[in-house]
Amino acid sequence: MSGRDAILSKIRASLGAGGDEAARKTAVAERLAGHPRGVIPERGHLPAAERLALFRDMAIKANASVATLAGYDALPDAVLTYLRERNLPASVRMGTDPRLAEAPWHEAATLEVKSGASDGEDVTGVSHALGAVAETGTLALTSGTDNPTTVNFLPEHHLVVVDAKDVTGDLESLWSALRTSRGDGSMPRTVNLVTGPSRSGDIEQVLLMGAHGPRSVHILVIDPEGTMPAERTP
Amino acid sequence: MELTSLKFKEQSSAAIANADLQRALGNVEKGFIDKRRKSTDALPEFDRLRDNARDIKNHTLAHLDHYLEAYEEKVTQSGGHVHWAATAAEAREAVLAICQQRKAKTVTKGKSMITEEIGLNDFLSANDITPVETDLGEYIIQLRGEHPSHIIAPAVHVNRDQVESDFRRVHTQFEAERDLTEPVSLLAEAREVLRQKYFEADIGITGANFLVAETGSSVIVTNEGNGDLTQTLGKVHIVVASIEKVVPTLEDTAQILRVLARSATGQDMSVYTTVSTGPKRADDPDGPEEYHVVLVDNGRSDMLGTEYQEMLRCIRCGACMNHCPVYHAVGGHAYGSVYPGPMGAVLTPSLHGIDKSGHLPNASTFCGRCEEVCPMRIPLPKMMRHWREQEFEKHLQPSKARFGLGIWAYVARRPKLYRRAVSLAMPVLSRLGGARHRIARLPLAGGWTRHRDLPAPEGATFMQQWAERQRHDKGSKA
Repeated sequence: MSGRDAILSKIRASLGAGGDEAARKTAVAERLAGHPRGVIPERGHLPAAERLALFRDMAIKANASVATLAGYDALPDAVLTYLRERNLPASVRMGTDPRLAEAPWHEAATLEVKSGASDGEDVTGVSHALGAVAETGTLALTSGTDNPTTVNFLPEHHLVVVDAKDVTGDLESLWSALRTSRGDGSMPRTVNLVTGPSRSGDIEQVLLMGAHGPRSVHILVIDPEGTMPAERTP
Repeated sequence: MELTSLKFKEQSSAAIANADLQRALGNVEKGFIDKRRKSTDALPEFDRLRDNARDIKNHTLAHLDHYLEAYEEKVTQSGGHVHWAATAAEAREAVLAICQQRKAKTVTKGKSMITEEIGLNDFLSANDITPVETDLGEYIIQLRGEHPSHIIAPAVHVNRDQVESDFRRVHTQFEAERDLTEPVSLLAEAREVLRQKYFEADIGITGANFLVAETGSSVIVTNEGNGDLTQTLGKVHIVVASIEKVVPTLEDTAQILRVLARSATGQDMSVYTTVSTGPKRADDPDGPEEYHVVLVDNGRSDMLGTEYQEMLRCIRCGACMNHCPVYHAVGGHAYGSVYPGPMGAVLTPSLHGIDKSGHLPNASTFCGRCEEVCPMRIPLPKMMRHWREQEFEKHLQPSKARFGLGIWAYVARRPKLYRRAVSLAMPVLSRLGGARHRIARLPLAGGWTRHRDLPAPEGATFMQQWAERQRHDKGSKA
């Protein structure tokens, strides 16, 4: 008997299955097709402006930083400013995401833009997120030529662009958006849900940033409608 | 690892006498309890989410055969391979076969308790394949030749200065005079060393926090990003996961994620939650060429339909050990098993037999904190009690203990006799206590009095006081 048959028949015997198999199969098929949403915290159920503000607050709580841009035209300059403020080399790595490609990179003449997957030598990577989750300040990045997964993990600084309209209240809504975007029930090879920069507490439970992934995550929200409320000054 | 749970008593005595360990264990209480409480207090729906998380797993376990089949179908559809392993040995062989086919010399590993359970690292090493742990805590204990002492903080028993001396011993490629006094410099050094390993490795092995039946995906949750580099940079990604990791849908995953991070580290969400489905696609610029899942049973299907089935809801958050007074006192290694703390005390006898691990379900004060904080509402004390009963029924305890328990049971079931015995013993014990009201030595209770005094009873027994109060109440009403 193969391992597969051995395991499955033992499970069936232990569960005392064999009674109403049709009902058990239906229960499984229905749950897989219906994917019920369960308990959704109130926290994320907000009008657009408050939702964006919550996303910003939660991302900052997770040690990311957030800036709002009126459009993709402002992106190259925002990237350069970020690099300059931190004395980083004027070079970024990014994939072929058409939304990123349309930004006027030629206006940032001093900035080198390298295309493709990261080889581990890049200090800064730029990605476009599929969307984000306000409840936890989480970014959702999907693999592919548009946004190679290595860009999310190898550079020390990760700049992530997200459209304001793609910031959902909760993770369940993001899964719905993912299903709609692909339409056929398939998944990208990888979905990275990223909440702040990489960290470790493994030495004496002291939290340190920049364990294996980026030390710093900077989020650029593209918000042409001006929905994001101004940041409260502390 | 070799199971040494039968030596729990000796190991815990040594742990209590170990000053370094006691210093490190202070970080468990400091580091985890407050953070968990703050994050759960901030989510009004937390308890309802726990209920739903429990219900999701109960439903899944009741239909486990069908969900595993659905999951396998989706993995295959997305170009991955599922290998079914009924035992730890089969799982090890399945991993080795994939490694040998790719002529792998080095494999990187994300943090995974199931690979500890099946003893994968030693097995790979014996077959000339070098496993490299990449989680910082796992890396530290691998250098030290140890096993994890905690399921989410594997090196919680190690102090900073010990890490420094291990790094100096092993990382001889760096200058001997370098400054490693700050934890951040230790982290930077590990990052540099391991960065190279990810690129050199032929294969990346990770565990899985969830397997999603709906999509055929494996999900890992990390804070460091090491699991992600492991599975992205290796030419082959092998997921080793036990059968109860399956959940029906992405939505179900989202529900359980909300209770997982809060219970584990007090985060709303861990830094990286990664959903992986199959190997590199035709147009992918990165990612593994092959994607394999080794589905491990290793005793779990035997737990279904028994009083231990609920243990299969466990999501390995570590909250039970973080809140356990016994774990706080002795740490994880004293348990002598892969899984320490309350969840280990229930799971280890299920996996290895109560005859090899009888001390573990007894390593509890039954204070109930583990059940109180368990995000999956697993009745851990009740299950430890079941194991104690089985231990008694199987005559596994020493005859002295059985004799004592026999007498106790006889007296406890006869209230008149019990009360009479107590009212006779009280004045004797009270007198033994003297002016300090403490008893330093007592025949038959040496196990207690060797380590602390026994408080001497004072005044009347509970039943006497109760009767007195009843009389008094009646008197005052009249």
